[in-house]
Amino acid sequence: MMGMKWHFFHLFLVDLKTKGNVMSTTTESKIRIQLENFSVSDEIETMKKVSRNIGGITTFLGTGRELSKGQNIAQLNFEHYPKMAEKKLEEIRQQAIKDHGIIDMSIIHRIGPIEIGENIVLIVAVGEHRKETFVACEWAIAELKRVTPIWKRETTTHGEVWVQDTP
Amino acid sequence: MITVKYFASLKAIAEKEEEQIEVQSSISMDQLSDIISKTSPKMADIIRDNKIMISVNQEMADADTVIHDGDEVAFLPPFSGGS
Repeated sequence: MMGMKWHFFHLFLVDLKTKGNVMSTTTESKIRIQLENFSVSDEIETMKKVSRNIGGITTFLGTGRELSKGQNIAQLNFEHYPKMAEKKLEEIRQQAIKDHGIIDMSIIHRIGPIEIGENIVLIVAVGEHRKETFVACEWAIAELKRVTPIWKRETTTHGEVWVQDTP
Repeated sequence: MITVKYFASLKAIAEKEEEQIEVQSSISMDQLSDIISKTSPKMADIIRDNKIMISVNQEMADADTVIHDGDEVAFLPPFSGGS
């Protein structure tokens, strides 16, 4: 009987710890730089749970394209400056909320090898109305390209090249 | 000791991703370029020509930033994240 009680208590503790982690990493999980792919629908569902006042959601999804400056791309590869890149993305998120009046934003960027057609970056802006989410999302992707230490390397039939400017 | 990091295209130019540089006291960016020029003159030229961005302790810095013992300096080519 004692063993069962202890087992129950242990499960309760694990449950509390799990919930605690979710709570403590809520903000962090809205900014992610990761090797693995992400599910756009799952990320939107996560953001929908942020507030019952959400009336509009705008997403930007960047994907690997085959043609770049007339060259056929075989593969892309992204590198980042750990910690600094995450810090910049969090600054973008905070500024988007403050300046554009959205409720919240998540930004996910993949690193490592990316095949043509695969997801690269996702920005989800949620707000009470559509207008501010459109503006915030467009601003955030432009700002990401401008200030975030992430670099793209393209592999073409002519070899590999680090991209130094992106439109 | 200063940690110096090179990213993306700069890794091939510096022929390394990272190095540790022993310093006796705080140094200027010019002095750091001089030290780097001994092993990688091309990399030092790029730093002096202001062709790249510099961060110190993961904050953007410039040619006037003083570097202290224990700092992490990173040389950053133009960013190309997104898609």
